[in-house]
Amino acid sequence: MRAPIYGLLAEFHSPHEVVEAAKKVHEAGYRKVDGYSPYPIEELSEALEFHHSPLPKLVLAGGITGCLSGMGLEYWASVIEYPMNIGGRPFFSWPAFLIPAYECTILFAAATAVFGMLALNSLPEPYHPVFNAPNFALASRDKFFIAIEATDPKFDREATKAFLASLGAEVVELEH
Amino acid sequence: MASPAPQHHHHKRPDERTHQAEADRLIAPGHDFGTVTDTISKIVLQRQTPKGWWLGFAFGFCLLQLMLYAIGNLLFVGIGTWGVTIPVGWGFDIINFVWWIGIGHAGTLISAILLLLRQEWRTSINRFAEAMTLFAVACAGFYPIFHTGRPWIAFYWLLPYPNTMGLWPNFRSPLIWDVFAVTTYATVSALFWFVGLIPDLATLRDRAKSKPWKIVYGMAALGWRGSARHWHNYETAYLLLAGLATPLVVSVHTVVSFDFATGIVPGWHATIFPPYFVAGAIYAGFAMVLTLSIPLRKFYGLEDFITMKHLENMAKVMMATGLIVGYGYMMEAFFAWYSSNTYEEFMIKNRMFGPYALSYWALILCNVVAPNLLWIKNLRTNVTVLFLMSFVVSVGMWLERFVIIVTSLSRDYLPSSWGLYAGTHVDWAAFIGTIGLFITLLFLFVRFLPAISIFEMRTLVPAAEMPEEEEK
Repeated sequence: MRAPIYGLLAEFHSPHEVVEAAKKVHEAGYRKVDGYSPYPIEELSEALEFHHSPLPKLVLAGGITGCLSGMGLEYWASVIEYPMNIGGRPFFSWPAFLIPAYECTILFAAATAVFGMLALNSLPEPYHPVFNAPNFALASRDKFFIAIEATDPKFDREATKAFLASLGAEVVELEH
Repeated sequence: MASPAPQHHHHKRPDERTHQAEADRLIAPGHDFGTVTDTISKIVLQRQTPKGWWLGFAFGFCLLQLMLYAIGNLLFVGIGTWGVTIPVGWGFDIINFVWWIGIGHAGTLISAILLLLRQEWRTSINRFAEAMTLFAVACAGFYPIFHTGRPWIAFYWLLPYPNTMGLWPNFRSPLIWDVFAVTTYATVSALFWFVGLIPDLATLRDRAKSKPWKIVYGMAALGWRGSARHWHNYETAYLLLAGLATPLVVSVHTVVSFDFATGIVPGWHATIFPPYFVAGAIYAGFAMVLTLSIPLRKFYGLEDFITMKHLENMAKVMMATGLIVGYGYMMEAFFAWYSSNTYEEFMIKNRMFGPYALSYWALILCNVVAPNLLWIKNLRTNVTVLFLMSFVVSVGMWLERFVIIVTSLSRDYLPSSWGLYAGTHVDWAAFIGTIGLFITLLFLFVRFLPAISIFEMRTLVPAAEMPEEEEK
């Protein structure tokens, strides 16, 4: 019995090839699949059916939280904790308070977008089995890859390897 | 390349290619994913630091020492070492703050607004324009922090935090709005910049030859591996950030203009200030992007990526915003006359013919007259003219802030309390010092990080073009 592997990595030379291959891999029923490309290829994400990103909703929630926190802080400081009569203006001078609240909205929403994206991608992640493939450094240059994980129910070490090779790829095994 | 030939929509033989088409392209022909990657990453990864880099860095670093002197002098002697006094209580500190913050705006405009407007030409200039934003905001931040005299005890009235005196800031004050606007702007710009850098840091990690640099870039890249799943969230985040930075950039200079517009000083109390300040910011910012991109493309041979088309587009944006600024000056004069208000009328006469008349007319020459030369295509596409013009605009925008701030304060309502203002040698040292800080940071940036977004440039090469879908 050979040592178990993480999966198989198939290397392609053009964006067109990898997108076509991804469609076929998806059609064949593989689901624990990921594509790798040096720049974002919308068609590749579509072919693997990564449609939904919860990020916009998270960012909306972040923005609302920021707005309420900003306004809440101003209300608390100016009305409850430290009420000061400044030129006879009301303690709760909401038109003037809108500006810091607005800035807090953007600050919280932007921070949610960045840290939410990192969390959804489970980054930082210094180690990943795909880095073991000798050619994988080219995924950040000019090569395109598809990885199928060994935990996929349809995965069969030899049959999947032959299938990927039939799509015109050079296939390597990924150690854990 | 083994890849199938890219599908071009308009096929033209080279000899048919007009001069116009050549001027219009955003990337020179013959580039593929590999050459784009190697050309840009080579600048960072080359072992030998070019002599020119050392010269430029040393120049900036020498100027930076003036900042050290200015800060030391201020902290030992006190705020009186600056030229500000009564009646001109705001001088070089605020002039330079507004000048630097304005310069930063072009970076955000290029990275966010032009992204949303699908202007592909932004791609090769957005990275260093964003870096310019960050460094300009750092220079700007120096002034409000140090004009407090003893910044380490000034935070309780700048930032809301529970302090031992039980005091809280006055949120009705435009100066507090400014603190919120500028800190948010600095934070969001830094986040946006870093997110854009992640895939390129991964490229540097994979290209770096030496182990220590592999580790440094590897840690900074956070383990990015270009997964389609990641790209999907990444693109969403990038677009959302652009959408958030767009209202932010407009709000920042608006809030800066409120510092003046909410006051009752003649020449400040004007409703036109927010749009006129935002236009001025973009104007000054594009001038600075030109000042930086022209030597950068020349020195590192990046003419393939920062083409004439880019320079011409920037010149056009610069001229358009310059005309808006010119309209602002006209309206200031018009309102002064139309208001029939003695003080407003006096303010504009004083600007035009008073003790600072020379500054006023120099600013009109730099900001309103000079940019009209860019109507002429031959001048607009002449690198030397553009480079000189960018300096003219930077000087003009500095003079604009000087004129707005100093002429209004030096002669307001009571002639008995009039007084003239000039910066002291410490003011000048601080100003030149921040220029030194800016240059130093830019040189470090160009040496250690990719000055052009590599992954976005890959999307522009012909091989990235997907053939049209036949099905569906």
